[in-house]
Amino acid sequence: MNKNNDVESIVIRLAGDSGDGIQLMGSQFAVSTALAGADFATFPDYPAEIRAPIGTTFGVSAYQINLGGGPITTPGDAPEVLVAFNPAALKVSLPMLDKGALVVINNDTFTDRNLAKAGYDSDPREDGTLNDYQVVAADISHLNLETVKEFGLSKSEGGRCKNFYALGMLLWMFGRELGPVEEWIKRRLARSPIMRDANVKALHAGHAFGETAELSANLAQINLPMAEMEPGEYRSITGAEALALGIAAAGELADRQVMFCSYPITPASPLLHRLAHLAELGVGTFQAEDEIASICAAIGASYGGMIGVTSSSGPGIALKTEAMGLAVSAELPLVIVNWQRGGPSTGLPTKTEQSDLYQAVYGRNADTPIPVLSASTSGECFDMASEATRIALRHMTPVILLADGYLSNAAEPWRIPDISHYDPIITNPVPDNDDSAQRKAFTRDPKTHGRAWVTPGMPGLMHRIGGLEKDIESGHISYDPANHQRMTDLRTAKVDAVADFIGEQAIEHGPDSGDLVVVGWGSTYGPIYQATRKTDTSFIHLRHLNPLPRNLGKLLARFDKVLVPEMNDGQLTTLLRASLSVEPVPFNKVTGQPFLIRELVDKIESLRGASS
Amino acid sequence: MTDKLTAKDFATSQEVRWCPGCGDYAILKSVQKALAENGADPSNTAFVSGIGCAARFPYYVNTYGFHTIHGRAPAIATGLKLAKPDLDVWVVTGDGDSMSIGGNHMMHALRRNVGLKILLFNNEIYGLTKGQFSPTSRIGTKSPSSPKGSVDTPVSPGQFAMGCGARFFARGVDTDKVGMSDVLHQAHAFIGTSLVEIFQNCIVYNEDVFANFTERRNAANTQLHLKHGEPMLFGEDNGSGISFNQDTWSLEVVDASTSADEVLVHDEGNAIVARMLIDLHLPVALGVIYRQPAVSYEDSFYGHHPSRMERKKSVRDFIKGPSSWTVK
Ligand SMILES: Cc1ncc(C[n+]2csc(CCOP(=O)(O)OP(=O)(O)O)c2C)c(N)n1
Ligand code: SF4
Ligand SMILES: [Mg+2]
Repeated sequence: MNKNNDVESIVIRLAGDSGDGIQLMGSQFAVSTALAGADFATFPDYPAEIRAPIGTTFGVSAYQINLGGGPITTPGDAPEVLVAFNPAALKVSLPMLDKGALVVINNDTFTDRNLAKAGYDSDPREDGTLNDYQVVAADISHLNLETVKEFGLSKSEGGRCKNFYALGMLLWMFGRELGPVEEWIKRRLARSPIMRDANVKALHAGHAFGETAELSANLAQINLPMAEMEPGEYRSITGAEALALGIAAAGELADRQVMFCSYPITPASPLLHRLAHLAELGVGTFQAEDEIASICAAIGASYGGMIGVTSSSGPGIALKTEAMGLAVSAELPLVIVNWQRGGPSTGLPTKTEQSDLYQAVYGRNADTPIPVLSASTSGECFDMASEATRIALRHMTPVILLADGYLSNAAEPWRIPDISHYDPIITNPVPDNDDSAQRKAFTRDPKTHGRAWVTPGMPGLMHRIGGLEKDIESGHISYDPANHQRMTDLRTAKVDAVADFIGEQAIEHGPDSGDLVVVGWGSTYGPIYQATRKTDTSFIHLRHLNPLPRNLGKLLARFDKVLVPEMNDGQLTTLLRASLSVEPVPFNKVTGQPFLIRELVDKIESLRGASS
Repeated sequence: MTDKLTAKDFATSQEVRWCPGCGDYAILKSVQKALAENGADPSNTAFVSGIGCAARFPYYVNTYGFHTIHGRAPAIATGLKLAKPDLDVWVVTGDGDSMSIGGNHMMHALRRNVGLKILLFNNEIYGLTKGQFSPTSRIGTKSPSSPKGSVDTPVSPGQFAMGCGARFFARGVDTDKVGMSDVLHQAHAFIGTSLVEIFQNCIVYNEDVFANFTERRNAANTQLHLKHGEPMLFGEDNGSGISFNQDTWSLEVVDASTSADEVLVHDEGNAIVARMLIDLHLPVALGVIYRQPAVSYEDSFYGHHPSRMERKKSVRDFIKGPSSWTVK
């Protein structure tokens, strides 16, 4: 990398021990990137252990950010700058780098002991391992401790400032203002003035180090173009933040309160944490004793007239399935969010996967159809929350919204929407006639098959609901064979009717017919977007997975080949094959890591090559 | 409401489907009567149940009703109570529903002190699934799944409740109208979770398991009806009493005429005595055994929502996050 580079975009990876404050440093860097007007996408890649033994490869926590002129839709394939806080971080990250990348290492940590812990037989700084890279070896730990000496902190307290020292260096590289980060430190550490001042000082010292090192070392300032983004007001947002706001917005649009009931699980918990701060928006959060209780409490809240929402990840969703059937049978609205993670069983809790599609569409006893949606980007989680709620209330049904571990934590710039332009979310009115209360409660809209939402407390409308089959008209318990057939048909028709309201499937880009179309869903949006742009390939991205948009079959039939890349073993491929008469080409990756753009480009090119 | 409602007003048009002679009928009558006597508003009352014979209950009460899934009624009722804190929420559950599959939810409802009136119909058997032994069945219970007699040690719902931090525990006998009426009134008036264990005769699969203390002709000698502030007397002419034996650290029966000053006075707030009363074999302790009011879960929950969960602000006020920027 030459000094004073002008580049279109750049991928940076920060890696260190899980106690090094890497995630904090990364997210602050993302905010400063945003404020400087660059587009970006981030990928926090953290270990399953909270504090794994220091210096080990499995304790490495990393934060990758891709920034530049945009559009940036993925955290980037290969880091061009690596900041490695210790040998283990270097060991884990080096294989991801292309030759010529800039590697900043924290010299102080390259002791014999740490090298051994990382599994290095010899010192990579000296044995040629780093020959193909540009290396800046800085004594970050030591310099930082010198900087904060005056505050009289213990060695470990002082050491905790080093992420801000390194952040100062990074901010210098990109010519960024220190102001916003400094403000943030002051707010965050308002109650411990010494740590506050020490961190601010470390930040400035790191920045100054950049200036001086420029003269001596390989460190160079990088000039990034401003992103060309649609005019408007932007913020940085993660999927968990967007979904939390989206759920609150759904409550506001429906003019109902929201009761969010959940049990902690990675990577679903950030949503619970976010919502716990939104009480003033009419959102209640209930941390239940388990996932069964959480969906049940959400159902109870829906029965009581609030918007019941529950969230978990695959293993917890499995526990909720019986109760989903109850919500289907009782015709109650409910939003179920699944932050997918690697499985089976406990699997890879902190790694991403999209392997719960079968579970969402098919995973219940009996004929129990439920609409399924998915969010493609962090920002899109906002709109999908109100879309899911809209369907739930309109059709009086549980709705599953699929997100994943990547989206939960990944930040991107997001154009702040004006919710006063959103349509209100409406519910079916209680019939105004002489029918019995029982019948009124089960009066359904002929187009949506959604029933009236009659809730306890409404005067004179006492009725009984439950999981036993009920008469299609009177709403009383019924074991009549023909009635069960009709009720089963009704439940199918109800989910099918959702397709009348979701619009037609659009093409993201590319021609609407041809030799190849790539079909994606969920968080693979980013890499597929880039790969199809690079290769001029048509791209279709699904947000509605059950029911599928009505025109999808016809649309796909206009292409010779349909490529379906997924972070699972071929679940959308199966679904498309079963629902539409297409025979997709599956492309599956289950490493717990998002797709790289180049993997997709290679696949697209090989398919194209094979067909020409 | 203008006219005072009667028990009949709390009946539905649904045909009651319990076996003839089942104890559930008597309980239903007592509950309907108590609701009427307490001036309950049917529109503002909901019965939530799990699965089992007992759990059919909501179909027969003319209030709001939700027949849910096995064991989960306390969790669903908790969500309902949070959504509608002013609603009168009752839970009807069986011994299997509450103590096996739903034990976890029962524990957490009790410890949270959610404002639910929980009626536990204990027949010491799984009725609906045709008579297998349940977690309250005594050792040696012969059933289709335990032909040689069950070997599991039974759980005591009362001890379970005390261990979970319950604030109200009472007991009644299905056919004892007077006792049931008293217990239901007290449970209804309690703020927080009130758990009432009702000894319920399953005439088909576990007939007369409780006969040793429920038979009317001998009831005076086998039942101890507790009243707060009154001595623990029972038997013909209240000839017997309960006292505390300081040598064995346990309760014992004494002759009330000779040892009157040793007879304990019932103090509902005493958790230690409550636990001993729960374990008393004969007589069996009935009525309100333990009551120790505390702030209810919904009150604490809403205490953390200054606006009582009313929407005080718009998403617009939050959506910008800590920092935002403008692209021109
Ligand atoms: C998930 C689930 N497991 C099992 C059952 C079958 N089942 C229904 S009721 C019941 C036991 C009921 O016993 P209890 O709660 O004591 O009620 P009772 O019928 O005695 O009133 C069982 C095992 C079920 N309905 N659902
Ligand atoms: S099986 Fe037992 S508990 Fe169930 S209805 Fe019949 S008598 Fe009652
Ligand atoms: Mg039973």
